[in-house]
This record gives sequence, C-alpha cells and structure tokens, in this order.
Amino acid sequence: MAGLELLSDQGYRVDGRRAGELRKIQARMGVFTQADGSAYIEQGNTKALAVVYGPHEIRGSRARALPDRALVNCQYSSATFSTGERKKRPHGDRKSCEMGLQLRQTFDAAILTQLHPRSQIDIYVQVLQADGGTYAACVNAATLAVMDAGIPMRDFVCACSAGFVDGTALADLSHVEEAAGGPQLALALLPASGQIALLEMDARLHEDHLEQVLETAAQAARDVHTLLDRVVRQHVHEASILLGD
Amino acid sequence: MLKSKTFLKKTRAGGVMKIVREHYLRDDIGCGAAGCAECCGAHDGPALEPQPQDRASSLCPRPHYLLPDTNVLLHQIDVLEDPAIRNVIVLQTVLQEVRNRSAPVYKRIRDVTNNHEKHFYTFTNEHHRETYIEQEQGENANDRNDRAIRVAVKWYNEHLKKMSAENQLQVIFITNDRKNKEKAVEEGIPAFTCEEYIKSLTANPELIDRLACLSEEGNEIENRKIIFSEHLPLSKLQQGIKSGTYLQGTFRASRENYLEATVWVHGDDEENKEIILQGLKNLNRAIHEDIVAVELFPKSLWVAPSSVVLHDEGQNEDDVEKEEEKESILKTAVNEKMLKPTGRVVGIIKRNWRPYCGMLSKSDIKESRRHLFTPADRRIPRIRIETRQASTLEGRRIIVAIDGWPRNSRYPNGHFVKNLGDAGDKETETEVLLLEHDVPHQPFSQAVLSFLPKMPWSITENDMKNREDLRHLCICSVDPPGCTDIDDALHCRELENGNLEVGVHIADVSHFIRPGNALDQESARRGTTVYLCEKRIDMVPELLSSNLCSLRCNVDRLAFSCIWEMNHNAEILKTRFTKSAINSKASLTYAEAQMRIDSATMNDDITTSLRGLNKLAKILKKQRIEKGALTLSSPEVRFHMDSETHDPIDLQTKELRETNSMVEEFMLLANISVAKKIHEEFSEHALLRKHPAPPPSNYEILVKAAKSKNLEIRTDTAKSLADSLDQAESPTFLYLNTLLRILATRCMMQAVYFCSGMDNDFHHYGLASPIYTHFTSPIRRYADVIVHRLLAVAIGADSTYPELTDKHKLADLCKNLNFRHKMAQYAQRASVAFHTQLFFKSKGIVSEEAYILFVRKNAIVVLIPKYGLEGTVFFEEKDKPDPRLIYDDEIPSLKIEDTVFHIFDKVKVKIMLDSSNLQHQKIRMSLVEPQIPGVSTDVSNINEPQRKKKKLEK
Repeated sequence: MAGLELLSDQGYRVDGRRAGELRKIQARMGVFTQADGSAYIEQGNTKALAVVYGPHEIRGSRARALPDRALVNCQYSSATFSTGERKKRPHGDRKSCEMGLQLRQTFDAAILTQLHPRSQIDIYVQVLQADGGTYAACVNAATLAVMDAGIPMRDFVCACSAGFVDGTALADLSHVEEAAGGPQLALALLPASGQIALLEMDARLHEDHLEQVLETAAQAARDVHTLLDRVVRQHVHEASILLGD
Repeated sequence: MLKSKTFLKKTRAGGVMKIVREHYLRDDIGCGAAGCAECCGAHDGPALEPQPQDRASSLCPRPHYLLPDTNVLLHQIDVLEDPAIRNVIVLQTVLQEVRNRSAPVYKRIRDVTNNHEKHFYTFTNEHHRETYIEQEQGENANDRNDRAIRVAVKWYNEHLKKMSAENQLQVIFITNDRKNKEKAVEEGIPAFTCEEYIKSLTANPELIDRLACLSEEGNEIENRKIIFSEHLPLSKLQQGIKSGTYLQGTFRASRENYLEATVWVHGDDEENKEIILQGLKNLNRAIHEDIVAVELFPKSLWVAPSSVVLHDEGQNEDDVEKEEEKESILKTAVNEKMLKPTGRVVGIIKRNWRPYCGMLSKSDIKESRRHLFTPADRRIPRIRIETRQASTLEGRRIIVAIDGWPRNSRYPNGHFVKNLGDAGDKETETEVLLLEHDVPHQPFSQAVLSFLPKMPWSITENDMKNREDLRHLCICSVDPPGCTDIDDALHCRELENGNLEVGVHIADVSHFIRPGNALDQESARRGTTVYLCEKRIDMVPELLSSNLCSLRCNVDRLAFSCIWEMNHNAEILKTRFTKSAINSKASLTYAEAQMRIDSATMNDDITTSLRGLNKLAKILKKQRIEKGALTLSSPEVRFHMDSETHDPIDLQTKELRETNSMVEEFMLLANISVAKKIHEEFSEHALLRKHPAPPPSNYEILVKAAKSKNLEIRTDTAKSLADSLDQAESPTFLYLNTLLRILATRCMMQAVYFCSGMDNDFHHYGLASPIYTHFTSPIRRYADVIVHRLLAVAIGADSTYPELTDKHKLADLCKNLNFRHKMAQYAQRASVAFHTQLFFKSKGIVSEEAYILFVRKNAIVVLIPKYGLEGTVFFEEKDKPDPRLIYDDEIPSLKIEDTVFHIFDKVKVKIMLDSSNLQHQKIRMSLVEPQIPGVSTDVSNINEPQRKKKKLEK
C-alpha cells in the first residue's frame, strides 16, 4: 500500500484544503461565570478550553512572588478521551509539563506583567479533542480567556503550526499531517508588531526552507488574528447589549 | 468558500479505533475545460482543449472528453499513453485507487498528465461540493467509488451543457465493468467499454493491438484443462505469513533452466534463506522479480538445485505431458547434503511486471491471430499475444506487456506495445539492451540543456572565489586512447624541504551542476555513464562531459584538487583539499606516458613529474598489497571497429601497463583521503562505498577447483587469499593463475554505495581499506558529484543545501545509484556479447583453445582466453542419441562416455554463430578436442542442416 499523499499534484491536502489554508475556526468567550475569564475554541477537530484566574495574591509559597511583575502560572492538560487511543492520565506527564512551560513563556511575553507586581495569574488550558495543532489551539484559547478576564496585554497572541511537505509549506497541520513525521513548526505571534512570542520546531529542516515555513506560519497566525479579533468584537458587542448600553 | 463535513472511519490497529477526519468541500475547483466561463482561471496547468475534434469515433461523432474508471486506467494504460488519445479527465477517486493498487501505473499516469500535449486533466471530485458523495449503508467502498465516478460524469455533462449549448460537448464514460456500464446507461450517461470505444476509432486501427486482452475474451479456451492451482487471496497469504506457514520472498527465475527458480526469503532468518522451486506447477505462474508467498515442502520432498541447462523450446503451447517428462529429468538421486529447502508458490503478493523486449514467434497456423512472444530475458516466460500484424512484426524486436495469467493457460497473456525495429540491426539491438537494462538513454530534454553554461565560456572573476590558481603547475592527464571525458589529472613536484608534493585534480563537475535543477535531477536519475562497445550514453550533456569539464590540455579548466605532501617513502605528511583552476600541459595515453618514463633522453618537466609519480605509486601499491588488497582478474576485451561500418573487425584483450596502475594508485589514494575527510565532517550523511567480505560458502567452488589441481587456497582473510592466489602457480600451466583469479572474482560480493548514517560496516574488502568512496570520476558517476559537494561544504568552498544533509534522501539516492551501476554493467556485458556475435558472424567458424570454468550436469562452461569469451558446450542435443553422462559433484567433473572433464581442463572448441533461431542468435560452441565419438564435432562439418546426420570422427 502506498502511503498517504499529503499534498496532491493539484495542490489539495488530504482534507481538501490548499497549502496555506486554515481549518475552520469557531470560538466563544466567557463560557464559565465562576472564572475571571474563559474561552473555548475549535480549530477543525481540535477543541480547547481555557480558564483564567487573577491577578490575585500568590498562592502557596510566598517566596515565589516576583517583586516587579506578576507570576504567570500555566497548566496544560488534555482529556483522557481527547486522542484516538484513550490516555491514562490527563496531566502531569512530560508532554503536559513541557506544554505548560511553553504557554508560560508565551504569555509572559504578551501580558503586561509589570502592572501587577507580587501577584499571580493562573491560566488553565484543557484540550478536549486533539487533532493536530494543540499548542496553537491552547494559545488562541488562552488569549481569548485572558482578554475575557480583562488582563492588559501587549497584543493578541495568535499561534499557528506549519509543516513542510515536498518543498511546500503547509499551514495549520491536522493530526494526519503531523503523524506523517515531517518537520513541524509552532509559532506564536504578536500580529500588530510582528514580534514572535514563541517559536518551536522539532525534527530537522534545512535552513534554506525555514524562511518559507516561517512565513507560512506567520501568515496563518495573522489570519487567526483576524478571526479572533472578530470574535472579541462580537463578544464585546453582545456584552454591551446585555448591559443595556 | 469552505464547507466542512466530518465523517467517521473505523480502522483496526490492535483494537477498534475511532478516527475522525475533516473533509472540506470546495466550490472553487474548475472543470478543466479551457474557455469554460463558469470556472475560468480556477485551475492552472494542462487543460482540456475547448474543441476536441481529432478523434473520429463512429460511436460518438460529437466532440467529447473521455473519463475512464480505475480498471481501465490500470489495464489499458498502454492505449491511453498513445498520442492519439487526448482530452481525458482523470478523477481523483480513480487516481487514488490506482495509486493504492499499482505504483508503476500511477507514475505513468502522472507523467501523461504532465505532458501538455496529451491534455489530461485531474479533477478533484472528492473535494468538489457537487460531486462528493457519502458511502451509503450497505454499500461497499468499491460500489461507492463507482457511484462517485458516475456522479462526476453526470455533473460534467450538465456543466458542459451550461458552458455552450451549441458546442454539444460530451463526456464519455469508459468502463469495462458490465454492471457499472448498465447503471451508467440507466442514468443517461454515455458509456462504452474500452474495446468498443477503441474499435470505433476508425482512424487509428493500430490501437487495437495495444489493448490488453482480459479474461472475458479468453472464454473459448475455458474448457481446457486447468494446469495451475489457484493463488490464495492476499488476506490468507498475510495470515499464513504471520503464522509462519508461508514465507514471503522475491521470486528469481533461473536463467539456465525455465523449470527452476529460487525464492529469496525476506527477513533475517538464516536457514531457509533461499528456497528452490522446481516444476511448472510449483512455480505456479510467478514471474521473475514478483514478490510471492511460498509454502515449504516436508524434508522428504526436498531436492537439490539441478545442474541441467534447459531452455523452453516447445513451439506448441500446451503439451503439458511433455513438461512433466522434462521435470523428471531434474529429479535425480543426490546425496543428502545437497538438498535445499524446496517449496511451491501459493500466491502472489505483488507482481513486478514491466514491458518486456523480445521477438514474436509466429504461430504455425497462418491465419492465427494468437502468437507467442519470446522475451529477450530468459528468465521471463513466453507470452501469448493477439495481433493482426504478425507478418510485419516477424523478425522485429517488439515490446510486450503482460496482462494476466489464467489458470488454464501454459503461458501468460499479453498485448503488443511498441515496435523497435529489425532484429539483428545494430541500432535496434542497442535499443533493446538499453531498454532491457532500464538505462535512461533519451536525448537530454530542453529543460535539462537550459542549465548548461552559455558558450563561449571562460573562467570569470566570480569563479575564482574560494579557488586556488594552480595554472602554473605542470599538470598532465593519462587516459586510455580516444578518451574525451578526462576527469582526472596529476602532478608531482619536489618542494624546497626535499619532500614531494603530489596533486590529483578532478574535474569540478559540481560547479556546473547545481543542486536541484533539472540537469542535476537528470544526472541523478541516470546515475552513471554507460559505455557500450561503440556508443557512450552520457550522464551529463556532451558540452560538459567532453568539453567544459574534461581536463584537456592547454586550456583553463576548473578542478577540485587533492594535494598531499609526501616524503620519498610515500608517507603522507599533509593532506589538503581545494577548489582550483588548472591548465593541463599534456593529455597523454597510457602508452605515451609509459614511453616518456622509459625513454632516457626525455627530461622535461612532465616526464620528471611522471617518473616521480610512478616511483611513489609503486611504493603505494606494495603497501596496499601488504595490507591484503586483492588483485583479481576478469577477461576484458576491446573491439577494433571498422571506421566505416562500425562493425567489429578484430578484438584484443586489454593490455595493462605500469602507468595504468600508477593512475589507479593515486585515484585510490585520493578516494580514501576524501572518504576520511567527508566522514569526519559528516558522520551521519557521508556517501561512501563499501565492499562486504563474501561469506565463506562463496569460495567453495574456488577451493574445490584449486584442490583438483593440488593447490591450496586459503580464504579466511583477504590477505591470505591474496597470498595464496599469488602462490597458486603451476610451471606447466601458466594460465592457471589467471583462471583462479577469474574464479575468485566470481566469488566476490558487489561493492555498493551507502550513506554513513545508515550503516556501520564501512570496510572495503577488495581494496583492504577501512573506508572508501568515489571522488575521481564526477563526469561519469553521480556518486562522485555528491562527494564533491560534501567535500566542498567541508572545506567551506560551497554552500550546503537541504537534500545533502538528509540521510534518508541520500540512502534513496544510493539505492538508485547501485541499481544503475549494476544495470550499466549488465548492459555493457550484453553489448560485448552482441558485438562478439557480430564478430563471429563475419569471421565464420573458428576453432579455438579453451579452458573449462565450470562443470554442469549436462554441459561445460568454457572460457576462450583469446577472445575473453565464455560459452556453454552442451552434450545433449535434439535429434541425436544422448551420450552417457556421469556427473560428480564433489570434485566437479563430468564423465562423457569414457572421457572425464575436470574444471580447468584444456579443450578445443568450435565457435560459430547459430542464427538458425532468429529469436536468440547465439554463439554456439561444440567440442572438437578431446574427441569423443558421437559428441565432438568435426571442424569441416559445418552446415546447420547437416547436424541431423550423426557426426563421426575424422
């Protein structure tokens, strides 16, 4: 049997998208009332939920408090039913810890932490269904949740993954494309300034190709920004109607 | 623009897993017809012609496009490839099915689609909003796909109607599936079978021959006896392989005996590595190179490989009884030790059919349309084809493809593909041997040539960057006479500190062939230049091979230099690599160089340089041989060609001079130095060459043969083998040593290219070097180009690129290069064989001295040193009483009547060209001395028809 053809000669991917096209994105803000901020996002079949508490006093050891800025605490977990084969534990494994760390780096760069010294901001993200690009979905969900909590940020943080197949860069990889084992790049972008909050890549990719893949991911992240911006405006609009403005 | 649809799939991977995949449906996929207003510009690349008019079909006079289903594409690809067939729509559904079922056909379809003149268009129907359908309950995947195809045809017809009503463009559905066709007609889709349609093309009657004949047509022979047992379905085979009842392996037919084959079992299992199959029924319709599943017989039924030589001569096709009789010849009493695992084919896992070259054996019945086709490759069975042009095809070389092999047929069925030309014609025969060995030999395409440098060419300022100017050095090249692709040059001079500086300068091909462009891809595909007797199939276009890259004398050329500082004992003190510009002072032949070294009167720079090199080379060679490098021998011959007709008029064995080994020594040294350097720099992806040590069992025949002459050959290490070969000499039999070396060569393994990250055994057995690569012939070998690039990166003279540091891509490349090299070698041998035939055709019948190389059960294989020709002398012939043959396997010997033949015995044979059988012209050899009544022939008794008479001694 021949393997899966990730990109056909006609330029279509396995699921019918073209190389630079994103999957369908749907998002909602303010899904929980208890939390300070929350959001839910679907990127294709990848579904993620983000909840934000804070800024509040440091919990646990006071020694962790930072004198000049807020501590961003991120926790990532993915539901046991999120993947094709049922997972044993939802969080605490190496991958979750690493993901938590990456999220923390991303939001350290985006949130104006110096406004809240000696306090803590908690971001909890849970993946309900994983179909590729979990990091990107988590970042996008968390961005919306942080905004919902009203925490000041420099800009949206928009993330997107990109891969590389047969000399062409593919945006927003699905699980099938990720499983094929090619190089894969995750990018978190501050779209207004074009600054990169986080850039991560596994597998080997020749430096000549990097620019192309990076540009594809950045363009995809800007597209994500357009969509998220629309969601935020819609949410604010609805909220203002409820307030009776 | 996007519509999302999610569907569920179940797969088994240890358990049941639910897979959810998205499937986006689009509305921006164009129909592919040029000038379609509704979807203009929605597609790029080759499109369908707006007015397809060239085909005059009696079935559908209106202009139309064709839309074939999967089976038509799979089986009738030969017809579709014909230039007469244009404007075809290939659906994505169809393409995917083809891809899963046959990689070669898929590749061919892609090539056709990329050919703009064919106007093939791939329509992505599975992602089109209006042509996507979901699998219904109770519908299997095949039915769903058939329905999807019909829906797409329907959509096309409606869509085209909208485009232009007056045009009456139509899409015609081509399917060979009866049910599918009926359903299509019911739904109002114009549908025909492939035969119907092709037959209706009145303007192109020759297309009919290219149709593959499929089962339905063979109805008339159905009542015939079933010869073969059924092949098991794939699922059962896989089960059997998993449980160990069956073994999976590659089927290799025997060249010498059509009733015997071996199967090389995949996997690391040491025993049962090679399984013998004997008899037509056990071979069960497997064809050379197929991947098959075999069932092992119990030990009591095991047989030994027979040493009989048998060719399928039967003109009449279905005399199965006779076959059984022949099969019994194979089974003879042998001792237990010789028995090998034996089995039978139970099923075919993958067919590896390709189009085969060969000739038609016209049926005896004049009006018959069925004829047998005899492939040039003896390992392929004869193929039954149907053609109306048998009389025109007779005596010509043709290409035929296999369609299938029914259980009740002695031969597989096939169809005619292409006519190459008259058999025996030099052009045609060369074409055949190139095709048979899969040597890419078409002229270079325009795209490839566009990457050549513009003439007139000269070295520019820019070229000199990162390059040393060595034009002042006294460099010269030494090559065989008539060589136009000079890729190496040498120099040697004394340094002020008394040491010697030696330089090897190799043509800088990688300067001209830049990674990734069409020129590079084409050279990578060709892999090597193929030298035939009167023709050279270049790896790179001639402008490069014989001009810009060739290091000719007195012109400035770019080179890659490897420069050593050595003391007078040939110890390397310093090694340096650099890109350079050189100006060779002389292009010498081996003979000229030898003359300069030997003549006392010449004392110019070039000559002193040559003398220095020669002195060092001798020391180097001694060192190498002490380390255990082998000097082997193979009979090599050269043809003297008639300058007018290019027919061979004489042949001579290649002479070896001191200068040959001088050049060789420095090339080896350069290769080893470069190998070390690139492996040091790129431990994971250096392209190296290794030569594995052969397993001890390979030497058995050599040791046995030597023993029969009371000599001992030790094979425990390369060193002891080399030493014992040196000592194996007989004062009365001078040629013995050469014969032993020829035999030793046959025991060796193939040297192969490999990627250092994929292997950990680097040893080169023949050269006794721990590491080796190819650096010195980039004009004729692609491996050297890669090595040049690696080395250039290592010394910072060139930039790297992605594929160079991808070890999987490199491993794939190595695979291709190894394959091409092997094929080039075979093609070379075949070319020599063909020219030998031509030679003996003009020469008539000769009788020559020969030595026995191998002894077989009913024949001996002899080598004629004068011509370097190897041939088989048969002792059994039709129309003659069989002589008494007694074969002894222990000391390979054959007793015929009262004469015993041992290996290495000297005999006298008569050589003539046997053209009684036009299919396979061959050199026939028969015994002259020692004389055996009834077996050996008389020199004067020459004419073929007279062979029927019993021949007597003089």
